[in-house]
Amino acid sequence: MDRVTDETIAYVGILAKLELSLEEAKQAKEDMNHMLEYMELLNDLDTEGVEPMSHVFPIQNVFREDVVENGDDREAILSNAPAKKEGSFLAPKTVEI
Amino acid sequence: MGLMDLTALELGKKIKAGELTAMDAVEAALASIEEKEERLHSFLTVDPKGALEQAKAVQKRIETGELKGPLAGVPVAVKDNLCTRGMLTTCASRILYNFKPPYTAEAVANLQRAGGIVIGKTNMDEFAMGSTTETSAFGITRNPWNLEHVPGGSSGGSCAAVAARECPLSLGSDTGGSIRQPSSYCGVTGLKPTYGTVSRYGLVAYGSSLDQVGPIARDVSDCAALLEAIASYDRKDSTSVQRAEYDFTSALQEDVAGLRIGIPKDYFGEGLDAQVRNAILGAAKLLEKRGAILKEFDLGLVPYAIPAYYIISSAEASSNLARFDGIKYGYRAGEYEGLHSMYKRSRSQGFGAEVKRRIMLGSFVLSSGYYEAYYIKALKVKALIKEAFDRAFDHCDVILAPAAPSTAPKIGASLKDPLKMYLSDIYTVAANLAGLPGLSLPCKLDDKGLPIGLQLLGNCFQEKKIIRAGYTLEQALGGHFPAPKEVLKETGGKCHEQTV
Repeated sequence: MDRVTDETIAYVGILAKLELSLEEAKQAKEDMNHMLEYMELLNDLDTEGVEPMSHVFPIQNVFREDVVENGDDREAILSNAPAKKEGSFLAPKTVEI
Repeated sequence: MGLMDLTALELGKKIKAGELTAMDAVEAALASIEEKEERLHSFLTVDPKGALEQAKAVQKRIETGELKGPLAGVPVAVKDNLCTRGMLTTCASRILYNFKPPYTAEAVANLQRAGGIVIGKTNMDEFAMGSTTETSAFGITRNPWNLEHVPGGSSGGSCAAVAARECPLSLGSDTGGSIRQPSSYCGVTGLKPTYGTVSRYGLVAYGSSLDQVGPIARDVSDCAALLEAIASYDRKDSTSVQRAEYDFTSALQEDVAGLRIGIPKDYFGEGLDAQVRNAILGAAKLLEKRGAILKEFDLGLVPYAIPAYYIISSAEASSNLARFDGIKYGYRAGEYEGLHSMYKRSRSQGFGAEVKRRIMLGSFVLSSGYYEAYYIKALKVKALIKEAFDRAFDHCDVILAPAAPSTAPKIGASLKDPLKMYLSDIYTVAANLAGLPGLSLPCKLDDKGLPIGLQLLGNCFQEKKIIRAGYTLEQALGGHFPAPKEVLKETGGKCHEQTV
């Protein structure tokens, strides 16, 4: 049975903010079914009681004093923006007034 | 013999002694690049003007005695996922086709503080997702040993550049083997340090819990010297580890007496090319002759490392690559209706097929209803893999294994089947999951004349043990691995058509 349906691909496309062509969506479904089948190999392992490990070393929050260390890089940062206006990034309108 | 036939340390020594200048070294590198790039395409950006300016400044500081390090004046190539201020940093992706970072990655800044000179940026798999450098949006890189073969990946450009003597050193990054596997395919020496040893600040993130920046060089000595230059504690990287010491070159000793070398039997079974197996086991015997103690053992869990790795790395990638939205930098689609359509079109047009595949997979395994079954399961398997290595390092000092199951495959052979391509990382991914350091060095050529790479894994923070074992093995094998000169000469000028 397919793990991934057309609906799943459409839903994952929304999560991933990707717009797939029909051809791409078909391929993605095939690839993902293929890969998930392989990944389910992990189910052979009994992991009952095993603590999930996100980092190899114990890590904790690193705090520092709340002082500004960087300079005013506004121009340098904006220099890469596809569109800008009055010292800000320019994005398509998001709210109707 | 040209200047680019010298190792980095030899070159640095001559510059220090006043026999040649940093400008001479940079000019020699640029000439070599000019001569070979049409055939190899190791570089995405070469910066002759900037490199010569850096060389002049460095030369002045060498002459005043301000710069005393062994790599001062040496040209270095940098993988294109490391930010370089004002210089294109594309990650070999269309979505970053015009990105010039406003800052420099800490590893690169450390290198420059040591007097290293950035000559350009190297080709790679798009966002480091791939094992052959064929997923680059800007064309493939060819293996200097045989132009019909891939250089491996994702740091394929960095490894090809060093192998072809375009420059003596390069920086790469390794998330699942991306330094060690192409080093193996290209016959160079590459090291993935313990997680947290080199700052990830300014490294464009792929799988943040796995990514490490590391050195690529022609021999173990250069590799250790470059690691020493780039490693540092950096408060700008919250996973940076404050190590007790940052000395690696003192481990360059020909001495393995009493060193316990573990040989995981399950790394030498089905799927491993017979020539690779024989070469690796032959090299192990050389170490045994020099006093090392070989211990065969079962590591366990080997088939589970790749599925766990792809779940974790794709999950992290889907989150990390959310930042590419067509607003702050890079590519924005020409036509769209409203904000969401702009996001979707910019991303869909900007990312290549492999990157989209992993973002989709990552979004899926993190989505509600599947998170526990895939992502959490993979994190539990990661814990088991770490435990398996802990047990192994209870009874051995280093683990000796192949770096890859075969030598470099032909161009086009891997892309057809993603799962098959993923299997080329079977011996490398576990070190990333467990945070371990790994060194890949060439030990022999196969009957096709392609290099075979051997991998030495150490326990966390035990780089010095793998450097010592690697250095001893290199000496036992007769010093420097040969250059792929003949191939470069034979095929001179011939460029094969290839669709990417």
